[in-house]
Amino acid sequence: MAKERGALRGLTRRQLLSGASAMGAFVVGSGYVTGARADWATEMRALKPESFATLVQMARDIYPHDRIPDENYVVAVKDYDTQDKAEMAEAGIEALNTRAREQTGDDYARIGWESDRVAVLRSMEDEAFFQTVRGGLVTGLYNQKEVWPIFGYEGESYSKGGYIDRGFDDIAWIG
Amino acid sequence: MAAPFEHSDDSVVVIIGTGAGGGVLANELAQKGVSVVALEAGGRYLPEDYVNDEWESFGQLAWTDPRTTSGDWRVAHDFSGLPAWIVKAVGGTSTHWAGASLRFQPHEWKARTTYGALDGANLLDWPIDEAEMAPWYDKAEEKLRVTRTGGRAGLPGSNNYKVFEAGARNLGYKEVHTGRMAINSEWTDDRMPCQQTGFCFQGCKWGAKWSSAYTDIPRGEATGNLEVRANAHVARILHDDAGKVTGVEYFDQNGDMQMQKARIVAVAGNSIESPRLLLNSASSMFPDGLANSSGQVGRNYLRHLTGSVYGIFDKPVHMYRGTTMAGIMQDEARHDPSRGFVGGFELETLSLGLPFMAAFLDPGAWGREFTSALDSYENMAGMWIVGEDMPQERNRVTLSDTEDGFGLKVADVAYTDHANDAAMRDYAYDVGARMYDSLGATRTLPTPPYPSTHNLGTNRMSERPEDGVVDRNGRAHDVPNLFVSDGSQFTTGAAENPTLTIVALAIRQADHIAREMSAGSL
Ligand SMILES: Cc1cc2nc3c(=O)[nH]c(=O)nc-3n(C[C@H](O)[C@H](O)[C@H](O)COP(=O)(O)OP(=O)(O)OC[C@H]3O[C@@H](n4cnc5c(N)ncnc54)[C@H](O)[C@@H]3O)c2cc1C
Ligand code: SF4
Repeated sequence: MAKERGALRGLTRRQLLSGASAMGAFVVGSGYVTGARADWATEMRALKPESFATLVQMARDIYPHDRIPDENYVVAVKDYDTQDKAEMAEAGIEALNTRAREQTGDDYARIGWESDRVAVLRSMEDEAFFQTVRGGLVTGLYNQKEVWPIFGYEGESYSKGGYIDRGFDDIAWIG
Repeated sequence: MAAPFEHSDDSVVVIIGTGAGGGVLANELAQKGVSVVALEAGGRYLPEDYVNDEWESFGQLAWTDPRTTSGDWRVAHDFSGLPAWIVKAVGGTSTHWAGASLRFQPHEWKARTTYGALDGANLLDWPIDEAEMAPWYDKAEEKLRVTRTGGRAGLPGSNNYKVFEAGARNLGYKEVHTGRMAINSEWTDDRMPCQQTGFCFQGCKWGAKWSSAYTDIPRGEATGNLEVRANAHVARILHDDAGKVTGVEYFDQNGDMQMQKARIVAVAGNSIESPRLLLNSASSMFPDGLANSSGQVGRNYLRHLTGSVYGIFDKPVHMYRGTTMAGIMQDEARHDPSRGFVGGFELETLSLGLPFMAAFLDPGAWGREFTSALDSYENMAGMWIVGEDMPQERNRVTLSDTEDGFGLKVADVAYTDHANDAAMRDYAYDVGARMYDSLGATRTLPTPPYPSTHNLGTNRMSERPEDGVVDRNGRAHDVPNLFVSDGSQFTTGAAENPTLTIVALAIRQADHIAREMSAGSL
């Protein structure tokens, strides 16, 4: 996983959203998803590449943080790319796309505006697939130590001697 | 005879659970020369084992065996398998606790008399009162080295506290300080001062915070009178034809069933496991569960009404730096029905790390309304509401159809707010939001209760046997040599964090048991 993480630079979302580069742009050969500039790639083990790209987009739409790069969302949902989870995930994404087409005429990942994608998600938020993905993200995304600095959370502090000399009372704007 | 003790030794006091109640009782009895076998379902972890990481620590220490939920409370929906946040380890939940150590207010011992009869509430006066408990509170505060008692200095104020204090002062509140905390503000014989690491809920790696895991338990063991068996899960309490308890059956660390004989059994498994154990110990003589002729075992489950308020500002706070809960506003703890509810509440500073904030801020929520709040994590301040909730018969621990790994029926925890609880929480949310608004908060977040950390009341103390499970000394009304020694004894919950009272009751109970034993009446 650590190796993949380093390689995963670039944004599935960006390509998915640009009309010109449709989803096919990501699929290199049979088993890879990659950014259009080929600056990241992840090998697919069990999921269809376009399904995985859709899943990454769904993850970002559920917990959108504009300062978190796609690679952290990829890590958060990479678990679905396994033999025992892929079938469930493929079925869930197919249902997501069906719902998306009903509402907008497009597959989920091709819908241009977040608000339109969110409307699709809202319409299925009580369903098991949505809840599984959302619930998994709570730890899958926010328990990645790599994202903590983006939120200003410093994590473990014992090895640094606590905050007694590192700003536990350094607030400047309270009298 | 000195520890270790034989399984067949029927002269020992068996204590089930080694948390705030059981751990203290074990040491106090050992100090008095009483032979004690303490059986603890969890393993043994010490400060060097604790980890500054919320989920990893949870995995290490928390009780994650199955439990089920019912009732209207939101926890049953959001965390259906996790009604409570309780530790399974030597030292029990005193490893996770934040250290806030408050005495009850005098009127809170007499809730039924003070508040009157409330529809749907099963209020009752405690059979003991302020005057009787005062000397035991003195001892408990000494044991825990509580700040702002016994001449000990308060802790310094953290960033989160400074925001909290300024907001409270803006609203005219007077009783605002860095708390009475079982956290050292200076060196004592065995514990160092707080280093403001900010992981009080994950076990204090410096040992600055009191926990029975590294204070009372090793001290008791040092007497030679206490044997602690870790990874020993008690399945059932046994009794003879006379209705006296004779020992317990437990699963040892290998999963093998063992039997330990006992002269006295003290149950201290926390307010969810203690009633579960009594109910699982039903027999032909006690068909509704041990000590349950009143039908009150498991009922009147209390959890404090709780809730949090987070405030977001346009500038950094870094609330996670420093002690998790060293800050309090007590002006609203009084009983003043003109506010629209009986009883009162404390507001205390609180901080969660980013991973727990994501899980607990608004469970189930998603989308930008949620994530934009987390984006401001660095600029957030937080506080927790601890208010007295009403005892209700329907709020209860029962046996679920689900079984644990040993094939024992697990606890189902049912809870539904009383109207008084809801009114108090709304009022407290408003106070908290106004505190932050007065400082220019750009957003405030009234956050729902977390899985219960204060579990109380399921084997309550009563004057009359028909009203509760145990008497004024924690002795079962129905069984002369069976005691309850944890938070489940609470007749009512009061507005204060419960552990100082649990500890004071345990010290008092040890005194009672030792006296009765030497008088030959136990
Ligand atoms: C995050 C957090 C913060 C808290 N902060 C505060 C605070 O600031 N102030 C305060 O007053 N309180 C606080 N509390 C609450 C406090 O920790 C509890 O009230 C207190 O520890 C309860 O003591 P107890 O003896 O009832 O149970 P516990 O301390 O939970 O001990 C029960 C023990 O019994 C064991 N056990 C259960 N069943 C069995 C069995 N069948 N066989 C063998 N062993 C068994 C358990 O494994 C456990 O170790 C906090 C709690 C949490 C979770
Ligand atoms: S803040 Fe203080 S009491 Fe809390 S864990 Fe750190 S050193 Fe211990």
